[in-house]
Amino acid sequence: MGDWKEDFFPIPHFHIRPYDLREIFMPTENIATRQGKKKSFQKFKKYLPIYLMAFPGFLYLFINNYMPLPGLVVAFKTYSARLGIWGSPWAGLANFKYLFASDAWLITRNTILYNVAFIIVNTILSIFVAIILSELTSPLKKFYQSSILLPFLVSSVIVSYLVFAFLSSDNGFINNTILKHFGMKGISWYSTTKYWPFILIFVNAWKSVGYSSIIYLATILGFDRSYYEAATIDGASKMQQITWITLPMLKSTVIMLTLMAVGRIFYSDFGLFYQVPQNSGALLPVTNTIDTYVYRGLLELGNISMSAAAGFYQSIVGFVLVLGANLAVRKIDKDSALF
Amino acid sequence: MIKNKEERTFQAIGNVFMMIFALLAIIPIILIIISSLTDNDTLIKYGYTFFPQKWSTYAYTYVFQSGNNVLHCYFNSFFVTAVGTVISLTITTMLAYALSRKGLPGRNVMTFLVFFTMLFNGGLVPTYINYTSVFNIKNTYWALLIPRLLMNAFNVLLMKSYFVTSVPDEILEAASIDGASEFKTFYKVALPLAQPIVATIALFNGIAYWNDWMNGYVYLTDATDLYTIQNLLNRMIQNIQYLSNSASLSNASVGLASIPSVSVRMALAVLGILPIIVIYPLIQNNFVKGITLGGVKG
Repeated sequence: MGDWKEDFFPIPHFHIRPYDLREIFMPTENIATRQGKKKSFQKFKKYLPIYLMAFPGFLYLFINNYMPLPGLVVAFKTYSARLGIWGSPWAGLANFKYLFASDAWLITRNTILYNVAFIIVNTILSIFVAIILSELTSPLKKFYQSSILLPFLVSSVIVSYLVFAFLSSDNGFINNTILKHFGMKGISWYSTTKYWPFILIFVNAWKSVGYSSIIYLATILGFDRSYYEAATIDGASKMQQITWITLPMLKSTVIMLTLMAVGRIFYSDFGLFYQVPQNSGALLPVTNTIDTYVYRGLLELGNISMSAAAGFYQSIVGFVLVLGANLAVRKIDKDSALF
Repeated sequence: MIKNKEERTFQAIGNVFMMIFALLAIIPIILIIISSLTDNDTLIKYGYTFFPQKWSTYAYTYVFQSGNNVLHCYFNSFFVTAVGTVISLTITTMLAYALSRKGLPGRNVMTFLVFFTMLFNGGLVPTYINYTSVFNIKNTYWALLIPRLLMNAFNVLLMKSYFVTSVPDEILEAASIDGASEFKTFYKVALPLAQPIVATIALFNGIAYWNDWMNGYVYLTDATDLYTIQNLLNRMIQNIQYLSNSASLSNASVGLASIPSVSVRMALAVLGILPIIVIYPLIQNNFVKGITLGGVKG
C-alpha cells in the first residue's frame, strides 16, 4: 500500500495559499522607510529585472481581463457597433427590465439546477470511486484510473460527436441497436426535451468524475494509516472502517469543494450546454443557460445589449457568490479559504 | 477467516464497479474509432455498432488523399498548440517567479491584480468588443492564440506557491552573492528546481490549446483557412444541422465543401483526439500531480 501511494503521488498534497490578505494588511517588511527615497530607488533598480519578467504577464492580464471591464456599461446602453461603446445612447435599465420580463428566470433556473445536480451526482460518484480505488489491490487499478480520467481531456466538440454516435436518430447506437433489439421504436433524441436533463448530467459526470475522484483519492491517501490499523486490530470490518473513519475524515474536503462549486453556481460549462445538444432549438427550454444565452444574443441573434445585460447580471451575482462561498469556507477552515 | 472473506468480497465488488466505470468511460471513444473504420454503406444501413459487418479504411485514405483542407486544419492545430504553449509557459513562469520573490516592492498589489481576475470578469460581451474593435483580431492567427488561453491566474498562483515552497530564498541569495544576474538566477537556479510544476503547467496549457474550439468559433468568421481541427469538426456539425433544418437543398453557401460521409466525419473526430490518446500514457502521472496540487482550490 505504502509503495503504491508514493508511486502515484510523489508530491505531497499540501495546501496552496494563492493569496493571503494578511500579507497586504500586515506586511512583514516596511518598504518605504524613513531613510528616504534614495534607498527605495536603489531597491527599485535592484528589482528592475524582476519587474521586467512580470511585465508580459501583466500586459496580457491588462488586455484580456482589465481592458474589457469598462465595456460592462454596454448593459446600460442601446449598443450599436458603429457608434462604439461610449457613443451609443444610454438605455438606463431598459435592457434589464426586458431581460427579467423574458428569459432571465429560465436561464437562471437552468444554470443553477444543473449545477446543483452536477455537484450532488459528481460528489457522490467521485467519493465512491476514490474509496474503492484507495482500498483496491488489483493490478488493474492503474487501468481503472487512466480510463476514468481520459474523458476529461476530450474537447466538447468531440464529446458532441461521441454523444451523437449514440443518440443520432438515423444511425445512432441506441436507436439502431439497443432499442431495435427490444423491438422499440427509435426516439428522436435531439428534439425531445424530457431526456436532456439526464443526458447532460450523465455526460458531465462522464467528463469530470475522473478528475474530482483524484482529488478525493489524494485526500484519502493522506490520512493517517494508524487509525485503520487500530480499527483492524479492534476487529472493525472494511465497511465499518469506511463508514467510521474514511467518510468522517473526508467531510471537510467535501464541504470545501462543495462551497467552492457553489461559488461558481452562476457559471456553466458553455461547451457542454452548447455543443452536446448540438445547439438544437427544440431543446432550448432545458439546455439554455446564462452562458449560452449570452453567446447566442451576441453572435447569433445580434442582440448585443440584451446579451450584455445577461452577462452583467452573471458577473455581479457570480462575484457576490464567490465572495460569499469564500466567507463560508473561511468560517469553517481559515487555511482552505482562497483569501 | 471472516475477515479474509470480507476482504475478498470487497475486492470483487470493487473490481466489478471499477470495471463498469472504466468501460463506460472509454466505450464512447472506442465506438467512434470502430465507426471510423466501418464501411460507409454499412454505417448508414445498420448505424454505429461495435461489431460492424464490413470494415474499411476508406475514411482515412480519403482524409489523407483528398482532404487538403483537413491536413491544413490539422497542421493549424499543431502550430497553435506549440506556439501557444511556449508563449503561455514563458509568461506564466516569469510572472509566477516575480510574485514569489519576497522582497519585491509592490508584490502584494501585484498578486492581488492577478488574483482579482479569478473573482471577477467582464464576460463574453465586453471581451468580444475589446478584441474585435480595439485589437481587430477577427480572422487572424492572433484570434486562436490570444483570447482567454494565453495565461490564467490560477496557473500563475499555483506556480507561484510552488516557487515559494520549493525554491529556498537562501539559494537565490547565494546565487546573487556569487554575482549571477537576476535573470540568470531565475533561469539557472529557480527554473530547474521548479521543473515538475513547469511540466504540469505546460501540459495544462497544451491541452487547453489543442481542445479549444471557441476562439475559432467566435473570432474566425471568414478565415476558414485558419481553422483548427476542432473548428473544422464544429463546422461540420453545424452544416449538418443547417441542412436538416432547412427545407431547400439548394444551398451553395454551406461552407467548407460538402458534408463528408459519416465514416469520414468519425475519422476526423478520431484524428482530433488521437494526439491526446497517444501522449496520454506519458503525461498521465504529471497530469494527476497537477490536479492534486491544484486540488482543493480547483
